[in-house]
Amino acid sequence: METEKSNLQKMLEAGEFAITAEIGPPMSADGETVREKARELKGNVDAVNVTDNQTSIVRMSSIGASCLAQSEGVECVMQMVMRDRNRIALQSDLLGAWAMGLKNLLVLSGDHQSFGNHPGSKNVYDVDSIQFLQAVTNLQENGVFIGGSKCKAPPHFFLGSTTNPFADPEPLQLIRLEKKINAGAKFIQTQCVYDLERFERFMEKVRERGLHERAYIMAGIFVNKSLKSIQMTQQVAGMSVPDSYVKRFEEAEDKQAEGVEIAVELVKKLRTVKGIKGIHIMAVGWEEIVSTVIRQAGFLPRPVV
Amino acid sequence: MIVAEQKPIDELIRSLEGFKKIVIASCGTCVTVCMSGGEKEALAVQGLLEANAKEKGQDISVSVVDLKRQCDDEFIDDLEAELLDGDVVLSMACGVGVQFLAGKYADKVVLPGLNTTFYGAAKELGYWTELCAGCGNCLLERTGGICPIARCSKSIFNGPCGGSQNAKCEIDSEIDCAWQLIYDKLTAMGRLDTLLEIHEIRDWSTSRDGGPRHLRKDDVNLDDAGK
Repeated sequence: METEKSNLQKMLEAGEFAITAEIGPPMSADGETVREKARELKGNVDAVNVTDNQTSIVRMSSIGASCLAQSEGVECVMQMVMRDRNRIALQSDLLGAWAMGLKNLLVLSGDHQSFGNHPGSKNVYDVDSIQFLQAVTNLQENGVFIGGSKCKAPPHFFLGSTTNPFADPEPLQLIRLEKKINAGAKFIQTQCVYDLERFERFMEKVRERGLHERAYIMAGIFVNKSLKSIQMTQQVAGMSVPDSYVKRFEEAEDKQAEGVEIAVELVKKLRTVKGIKGIHIMAVGWEEIVSTVIRQAGFLPRPVV
Repeated sequence: MIVAEQKPIDELIRSLEGFKKIVIASCGTCVTVCMSGGEKEALAVQGLLEANAKEKGQDISVSVVDLKRQCDDEFIDDLEAELLDGDVVLSMACGVGVQFLAGKYADKVVLPGLNTTFYGAAKELGYWTELCAGCGNCLLERTGGICPIARCSKSIFNGPCGGSQNAKCEIDSEIDCAWQLIYDKLTAMGRLDTLLEIHEIRDWSTSRDGGPRHLRKDDVNLDDAGK
């Protein structure tokens, strides 16, 4: 079945430097907040990730919020974590999401539930993210479910995953990135980059393995709003934020302007890193600033492909 | 071994309320080794229960029966008279022992004295860690003898996740990242190349997910059992 590619896929395949952002669905059934966030980003991004109960806090489902955002004219990247659903539910949701018109899928492990507001829940991890990438690829290319039965009309998501250049052990994170690409990930969004030096080192190894030619790698950035927010970012496991950035927040009179300036600065530097094909902007708790960062970084208007 | 920890004494006192003649059954296997349900611990609980009753002016009797193994008829039958000589049994065995006694004596109240926690071993004196999940399909030959199911917080087969930092797990700095351990071990063994293989999706039906498990060996007969 011939289906039109997603906008994100077309952008990347056309060699355009892609921009994605992120919408965190509300902790409520209020669809209007999602629509509002989508309208704010419309035309300024090539696609927007919709997170899947991030930090293990119950929110509107990624599928539901993605459909709402797309109805406002913003293409979505549906995120799927492996924490909450077994293979039956995951595959079922894939079918539903595709049928609803979602075209990009980002597969990730998910934060452990002990971080969220339901620490007593079971953690499922029936399949891990790499296994699921492989399973989705098999479903899409061969029309076969994990259990072996045939799927007459499989989905055709543009399939992506994540990598964390700042997690340990670094050699194994590289191996893991390669496994994700081997499993069928076509695009990769990285953990937020503050530590450019370490990121450069990571990318050098990525290039040594030729991984940048096998998947579109998009560098992640985080837009911090305040001193407290960057201090919290620094504390997150698997994040590396050099003290110099914290110091800049300490010294800045206008913290918000400093946050934007740092983000724009990072975007411009990351853009020049060989093998980086796009930027993924995360501004948790300050999503309304994303369009400003994109504008100031000189990415507007977005190309049409 | 099976590692267990004693329930808080207040919880035991509450669950034993109203019983006059309490028999504490200790177990001489795993829970003795992990110092939670052996004879020594049973005697300590006996002391606490007696002291509590005395303080409240209650007239109760508490005795201890030390069973060598609480999940096997042959170790129980000899001490059956003492074991049943009360109106409640407080089992200081793991969940297996509690259920074994509760099932063996249809009309007997058998209460758990421990929380059964995991299959593990002592890493240092007085500190035990989980090592095995009893999943029914061992994969340790592929992971350098370190189980990601039991020891990775997300039971990830192709790990680690992005939360591994300084060899520790993102959820608790006391927990070693299992995939760091696997990486280190495979590096030491010169088998790092095996990590590039994608560990295929697991069939969990050998685990608890396939329903309660059972094992029958048809070739076992009384002679083999040494009877």
